[in-house]
Formats: sequence, structure tokens, C-alpha cells
Amino acid sequence: MLIPCPHCGTRPVEEFTFLGDAAPTRPTTSDPSSMEAWYEYVYLRNNPRGPIDEYAHHSGGCRAWLVVQRNTETHEVFGAVTARDFSKAKDAKA
Amino acid sequence: MTSYRLGKGGLVDRSTALRFTFDGAPHTGLEGDTLASALLANGVTLMGRSFKYHRPRGPITAGAAEPNALVELREGARKEANTRATMIELHDGLVARSQNNWPSLNFDIGAINSLASSMLVAGFYYKTFMWPKSFWEKIYEPIIRRAAGLGAASKLPDPDKYEKSYAHCGVLVIGSGPAGLMAALAAARQGKRVILADEGSRLGGSLLNEQEEIAGQSGLDWSRSIIAELASMPNVTLMPRTTIIGWFDGNIFGAVERVSDHLRVPDPYEPRQRYWKIHAGRAVLAAGAEERPVAFGGNDVPGVMQASAMRCYVNRYAVAAGRSVAVFGGNDSIYRTARDLKSHGIHVEAIVDSREDSRGDPGGVPVIRGALVADAVGGKAVKSVHLTDGTHINCEAVAMSGGFSPIVNLACQRGKKPVWDAKLLAFLPPDNGEAFTTAGAAAGRMLLSECLADGAAKGAAGGKPIDVPKCRDEAFAIAPLWWVKESHGKAFIDYQNDATARDLPLAAREGYSDVELAKRYTTTGMATDQGKLGNINAIAILAEATGRTMDEVGTTTFRPFYTPVSFGAFAGPFTGHHFQPVRKTPLHDWAEEQGAVFVETGLWMRSSWFPREGEDWLAAAAREVLTTRGAAGICDVSTLGKIDVQGKDAGQFLDKLYCNTFSTLAVGKARYGLMLREDGIVYDDGTTSRLAEDHYVMTTTTANAAKVMAQMEFAHQALFPDLDVTCVSVTEQWAQMAVAGPKSRATLQKLIDDLVMTDETVPYMAALEVTIMHGIPARLFRLSFSGEHAYELAVPADYGSMVARAVCQAGEEFGITPYGVEALSIMRIEKGHVAGGELNGTTTAGDLGLGKMVSARKDFIGRMMAQREGLTDPNRQQVTGIRPVDPSHRIRAGAHLLKQGDKPSMANDQGYITGVAWSPMLNMWVGLALLANGRARHGEIVQAWDGLRGHSVLAQICDPVHFDKENRRLHA
Repeated sequence: MLIPCPHCGTRPVEEFTFLGDAAPTRPTTSDPSSMEAWYEYVYLRNNPRGPIDEYAHHSGGCRAWLVVQRNTETHEVFGAVTARDFSKAKDAKA
Repeated sequence: MTSYRLGKGGLVDRSTALRFTFDGAPHTGLEGDTLASALLANGVTLMGRSFKYHRPRGPITAGAAEPNALVELREGARKEANTRATMIELHDGLVARSQNNWPSLNFDIGAINSLASSMLVAGFYYKTFMWPKSFWEKIYEPIIRRAAGLGAASKLPDPDKYEKSYAHCGVLVIGSGPAGLMAALAAARQGKRVILADEGSRLGGSLLNEQEEIAGQSGLDWSRSIIAELASMPNVTLMPRTTIIGWFDGNIFGAVERVSDHLRVPDPYEPRQRYWKIHAGRAVLAAGAEERPVAFGGNDVPGVMQASAMRCYVNRYAVAAGRSVAVFGGNDSIYRTARDLKSHGIHVEAIVDSREDSRGDPGGVPVIRGALVADAVGGKAVKSVHLTDGTHINCEAVAMSGGFSPIVNLACQRGKKPVWDAKLLAFLPPDNGEAFTTAGAAAGRMLLSECLADGAAKGAAGGKPIDVPKCRDEAFAIAPLWWVKESHGKAFIDYQNDATARDLPLAAREGYSDVELAKRYTTTGMATDQGKLGNINAIAILAEATGRTMDEVGTTTFRPFYTPVSFGAFAGPFTGHHFQPVRKTPLHDWAEEQGAVFVETGLWMRSSWFPREGEDWLAAAAREVLTTRGAAGICDVSTLGKIDVQGKDAGQFLDKLYCNTFSTLAVGKARYGLMLREDGIVYDDGTTSRLAEDHYVMTTTTANAAKVMAQMEFAHQALFPDLDVTCVSVTEQWAQMAVAGPKSRATLQKLIDDLVMTDETVPYMAALEVTIMHGIPARLFRLSFSGEHAYELAVPADYGSMVARAVCQAGEEFGITPYGVEALSIMRIEKGHVAGGELNGTTTAGDLGLGKMVSARKDFIGRMMAQREGLTDPNRQQVTGIRPVDPSHRIRAGAHLLKQGDKPSMANDQGYITGVAWSPMLNMWVGLALLANGRARHGEIVQAWDGLRGHSVLAQICDPVHFDKENRRLHA
């Protein structure tokens, strides 16, 4: 599998460490009423068949955290953005 | 030459005689032979014994799918088990032995299993050896394993080298038969970078084995001209002896190149095998088709083989499988088989065609239509065949053809299933898109002209086409022929595993009719050939037994690897010391000079203890502790993870990472920090120092250094991207040493430039940038893990050993000692400091007695989840001290804690001892433990039950700090 790192270009998957689903967003509040949201953030993950956004660390390269879009069924990789840009885009939407 | 080597023909060099031995007996063969062809030429048809019944077996194929002729190749350290005689290129001095027989191949006691075979049906082992349960591991399994063995591996280290390599190409063509050659040529003439790989020793594929006619010349000559053209093109790489073993994500292929397997010993500097990762823009699979056997009685007697294999032996190796042959099948290829054999002067007794209405040209050979071979008769060699119509034919060999299965394995390794074609009676490859196409017989093109045209088209892939040469086609018509039920003898489906046709209806009757279950129940398709020959027969028999179609039964899953791969190829050069890197600290040279015994911790080599004459590890460590606590000691702590954190928001960032606060830390001071996971469990600990307003240096535990760094990068980039901060690992850049003990200050004072060290200038938890030894930049921390008045001194890595020597010299007058991680561990347990045994991924800050560190006034990773009920339960196991009631007793790490009088059980378990040390200060064993509600139980006597070592001692729960509770020494 090849990952298009925004910094390093197309690199083999062996250089990356995957963390998992990038969809959950860390809650911004520490209010006790937000416990359910925290629980979901820490523990609940979808397991889709098809496209997924996943965190991947270019640990053997530029050490950037990326969000890689991959098809879990075919392992086709559609693209990758930095986790920073991904988070900021998510914040902008929220 | 023997009577089985034909007088002329073949691609063998008759001017070279190669000597070899099989089971100690000397033989000769020719350059160009395989071990199998050379043995057959010498009249040796018995090459192995089967797995379960120890049946005598000879080769049934001439290629990669061979399930029978498995031999131990070479001797001593180079011995290799389960190699296929059909794939081994003969070389002078080759040594091979048969396997799975005792006392000899000819007389094998295990063959008695055959007499008891009515008991040894599918599932027999599962059913019979279930009871008593305790017998399985110790009695049944070892006996079964010994009886049903394959070859034995050499126990010596492999003396040969293996390599790993990468290749990139526009087009990868797999297989160099007619379709593969055309595909490679079409792609190459477009200027594409082409790799043409073939598992055979020579390129040409089936054209090496068959009598074909292409472009007015023999198929072989035509292939030579194409190969010559390809070889002359700079954009083409030819890779014979290279098996593509797997198709992986991103169109990456795994391949094993057998660089030196055809030599007795590899040439100097050459590997035995080379593992390739090939990145291909697109790939064309032209692997051909495998002929399948027919399940009739005795279809495993040496002399029965694939018709195509028999043609290969005569045409390519000029070897007759027998002096008289019966040909049996249900498709038109049996007629070309008879014709080829006849053209080499081999007597064909009869063609047995299962079809009534076939119209093949027998070329003068008697044809028996509408009959089937029911049984091949003979023990170690075929004597005759009995037909279903009652005919007996005497013969030495039987050529059988059940039809052709396209070799679709690679095309199905990424999840897609092959598709049944009822007309061709074959599973065809699925559509994998343009990046992976299939051409020729592998795609169900059963005529030579179709193969050539298909190869050209798939190679060109819509680009400029190339001319397709004219050729002569053989007839192709086929009727189903899977299993001759009239057989009396055993009809084998999976030869190596001795799975028979009757096993499959049995599996279906017993409820294992799903093809994946039937495979596991009968072991069909689980041998080293992975069902390449007979799996399709099994599917057909299952389909009939359960009233389903071939599609409905379907195939089992195709997985890498296409053929067995040696461990050496995967290991490559990464063996022994090259298996993983070794990390040496900057103080390694110094520690070696001091006589350190090193211990591997992860990749690190850490100095463990520094023995003097006559000392064992415990005596050395105890002396190191006494000297350090009495005067001074120096310890290498360079392995701690060191991370440099800079930026306007550095303090705020650390506040997010740690459960305690760092933004309030004064410049020039250090603070102990505790890091949680987001789920509230403790992750790591260490001290962090503030060197400037916007500059911190943090330390992590040795074990978690890399993980914490990655976690920080994640937190910074993904969670808190707005914080202005940068963090960099500087573990390798700094040597760090702890200098501890009442004389530590006096020792270091001698080295420090321009600073009078006092409690005012270097107070407890100070973190200062200084220079030492006339200008070497250094960081001086007043930290203590030992509980003594102590410092940590960090210098740029290259100064490490030199500075450590200087410290030893400065401390010499006080009797300074180097100490290792053993002494370090003793002192931390004496002082009740938590380490890996307690930071074990299940404990909270509260469990460790560090609950007060957790801030309630800020957001940090783990804050919310740490408040969950289960993580704040007072009955959780908490860190306590523990010591034996009788000081002469020894407690041991791992012992479980029980209330006095309780029996050991999960329900009665109160916790366990996490770490133990011999305390030279207290003259007894002391430890730390995790105990339910432990902090409230100081003083209680419990049983420390050590089931593993079989003893139990009474121990007292106490405060974790065993020594110097008031921390007087720290501030002394």
C-alpha cells in the first residue's frame, strides 16, 4: 500500500503507524454532563465497510500525523491530508 | 544411459553427466534435468511416502504443484526439507533423501496404517483422540506427529545469505509461456518498463514441454526468438527462477528469486535466494493452467501422472515415465498425449476416453470410448489398469487428464472469488480492473491461438497492437470427469494429505458441507501444494453429494503464498546481530571500562551491575547501593527519553499532556510529572525542567520514550493544533548520568565552572544550564531517584564517556562507585518509587498514591475518564509496601496476596507483589505490591502465595517507603 504523504510524496505503508478512525472529535468541555460524549470519544468506533478517514503517523518519515482516506474493503487509498488541516477543517465545520 | 532415457530429443545436454545420490544410492543425470526427471531416467519411480498411510509415491507433476515427490535436499547445515523433486534443478554432487518413512523408503512400517485405513477416515483424529483430554498433549499428539511427518529441518544455522530487494516496473508479466511472451513483447515494444518473471529455470513456459508450431517454426524456436528480442531491449528485465508468490495492496507483488538453489553452494557474494517486492503499474498474469487428476482407485501408484507432466518428461527431458502407457481422460488433450508419446517411440497401450462421442484422432492407438479407468494396480509401480467395462490393460504408466484449471491464485489473493465457467469446466479469474489482468490459459483461453492473441491484447492494454503469429491449434473439447465411483481402491483427491474422494461425502453427511469446513475436516487442500491439483475435484464431489452447483459450493480462499517460501527468504539479511539494531548509550565505553554487565532493555544495552572479583549480581548490586548511600555513586541514565519542548505555548501544551501543572513551574526548576491516557489510566512519568520561559526539557521512562513522543506529536497536531509549540526528541543528543550520595556535591563541585554549589545556588529540584570542565555545556539537575542527595548531569552525547571518567576521578577520594540498573532498582524499591511494575497500564494516579497530583483546575488528557466510578473505587488495588514477617524469609515478585487462612482462588485474590529487592540497608527482602484498598491496610499480615514456585510466606503490608521515610538524606 502506498500513502501520499503531503510532505514526503508517495511512500510505502511500512513507514506509517496507523492509529484508527479519525472521525471522533475530542469534546471541548469538562462539564460532568459531557461524560457520555467523552465515553463515545474514547471508546466508540464505527467499523465501516468502504471509505474511512484514519489517523496515520509518518513515524518513519517526516513524523507528521496524517489523516488517510482508505477503502477498508479494497484498501484503495484515496488521499491524505495532515491531521492539523483535518482538525482545523472539522473545527471550521462545527 | 538407462532404458528410461530416450535416445534423442529433449532440452538436456547429453555431453555432461551429473552425479548425484538419492537415499545414498549413486545416480547420474544430465544438465537440464530436474531431480525428478533424472530419477525417472534412472528407473526410480518411488520418491516418497504419503502423509497418513505412508503409501509409496512418485511424481505426479513436472512442476510447482507437486504433492508427492518431496525430498530432503542437501546435507548438514544446508539441508532443506520438503523440496519438490520436480522443481529442483539437477547439479553435480546433489544429495537428496526421501522422507516420512522408517526404516526405509522401500520398506516403510508406517504403511500398516493403510491396512487400518477404514478407521483412519476424515475426522478420525478429532474423534478418537478427544478423550481423555489430558492425553492429547503428552501422548496422542507426539505419536501422531512422529507417524505423520514431513521432512526434518536442519537444526544448524543456515550458512547461506538471503537478500531483499525492490523493483519497479510499468508492466509485470507473470509467466513466460505463449501468452506471457506476447504480453511482455507488446508492452515492451510500447517502451514500457517490463519485468517478465517465471518460476521455471528457463523461460518459455509450456512451449518447453509441448510440441507446438508457431509462425512456421517449432514453438520452442519461436519462443527463443521472442526471448532474444526481449533480452536485447534495455527496458525489459527477464527474471527466470522467480516465483511471484503474492499480490498485495497497491499492486505490489512478492517474489522469490532462487538465485543459487540450482548450485551445490552459492557463488561467493551471491545469496541463495532473493526476496523481491515489485511495484507494478499494472500486471498481466499468464500463469497457464494446471491439469487436474482423475479420482480413481490407485491414482497415486508411482507411474500414474498428469498427462501434461508425462508429455513434459518426454518432450523436455527425453524421459519415459514407463515403457508402455495407458492414457485416460475426458478431454481432447489425451490424443495429443498419445501422439507425443508415440513420436518418442513409447508404446501406448490404449486411449481410454470417458466420452462416448469424442472425435479425437488416435493416430493408430486403440481407443476405448465410454469407459473409465476404475483402478490402477500395483504397489510401488503400476502393473496394469482395470477399466469399468472389465478390460484389463497391462502398462507401466498411466497418463490421466481430468481437465484444466486456470492458475487463478494470484488473481484471487485480494478478496475476489473466481467465477465458474460451465462450458470450460473451470473457475476463471475475477475481474480485477486494468491494473491486474489475466491472459492465456490462466484466463480460460484453451487454444494456443487464443493464448497468443490474448497475451498480445493484454500486454498492449489498448496501446499499439502487435502482430499475432499464426499457429497450429490442438483440439479442445471437454466433459466432466471427477471421480470414478466404480473404483475399488483408494481414489486420492489431496495426495500429500491422503484425503480420498470418499472423505468428502462423509464430511457432507457429518455436517461439514461448506467448502471451507470440508477442507478443514478432510484436510483436502491443506498440504504444501494447497489444493492446486485436486481441490476442484473435491468441489465437484461436494456439489454432487449436496445437490449444489459448482458455483454454489465455490472455492476455498486463495491466500498468499502461491508456493511454499523458505523462512530464509523472508528473514533476508536480518538474522543474528542484524535482527534488530543495538542502541548503546553515550556512556557505553565508560561502562565497559568499568566492567559493566549489560542487560538488553528494548534495543538498549544498559549497564546492569559492575561486579568486582568474586561477586555475583546480588553482591555487586548490594555493594553499589551501600557505597552510593555511604559516599557516592554514578549511574548511566541516558536511556531515559528526553524531549525538548519549545514555544510560546510550551507550558500550556505540557499542562494538556500531564495531569499536573507545568505552566506555573519557575524557570530553573524541575517537577515530577504524571501523564495519563485519555481513558484515565496512568501512561508515563518523568521529570520536566523549565530552562527558559518558552523552553522545557522533559524526560520519559526508557520503555515509553518513542510512544510518548508519538503521542505528543498527535496531541500537538491533531488535538491542539492552535498551540504554538514544537517538540523534538533529543534522547540521542544528550548523555545523562545520575551522581548520588552524600559526597555527590563534593564530587561534582570539582568539575563545575564558576558556581559554588550550595542548597541556595542548587536547591532541591533545581535545573540549571552550566558549563563544566572549562567550557563543556551541561545541564545540572538536582533530582533523586535513589533518595539520596543527588544530581543528574547531562552533557552533549559525545562528551559522555569522557565526563563520566572525570566524575569517577573526582569522586575517587570518596570511594565513588559506578552502579547499574540493579542497584537503581533496589534503591527505588527501598524508597517506594513506582516504576514499570506499577505503571502497568491498569493503575490510576490514585492507585499509585499520586492522586493529589491530579489537577482539578485545567483540561488535560485523561481528566474526564479518570473520574469514572470504577477508577475512583476505594477497593481498587493500591500501591503498598510489603515485607516478610520473618526477616529471614524471601518474598518474590509475582506472588499473589491472600488474607490469612484463605485458599488461593480468583475470588480470594487480594492483589500481587509488583517488585522485590534485597535491601542491603534493611538486611531483608522488601517489595512493593498492588493490594485491594491497600493504603488502609498498613500493618496487616497477609499470605504471599507463589503458586509458580510452590511456596507461601507470611508478609506484612506497610508504607511503600521502606527506608528514610522522612527524606532526610535527600536534603542532607
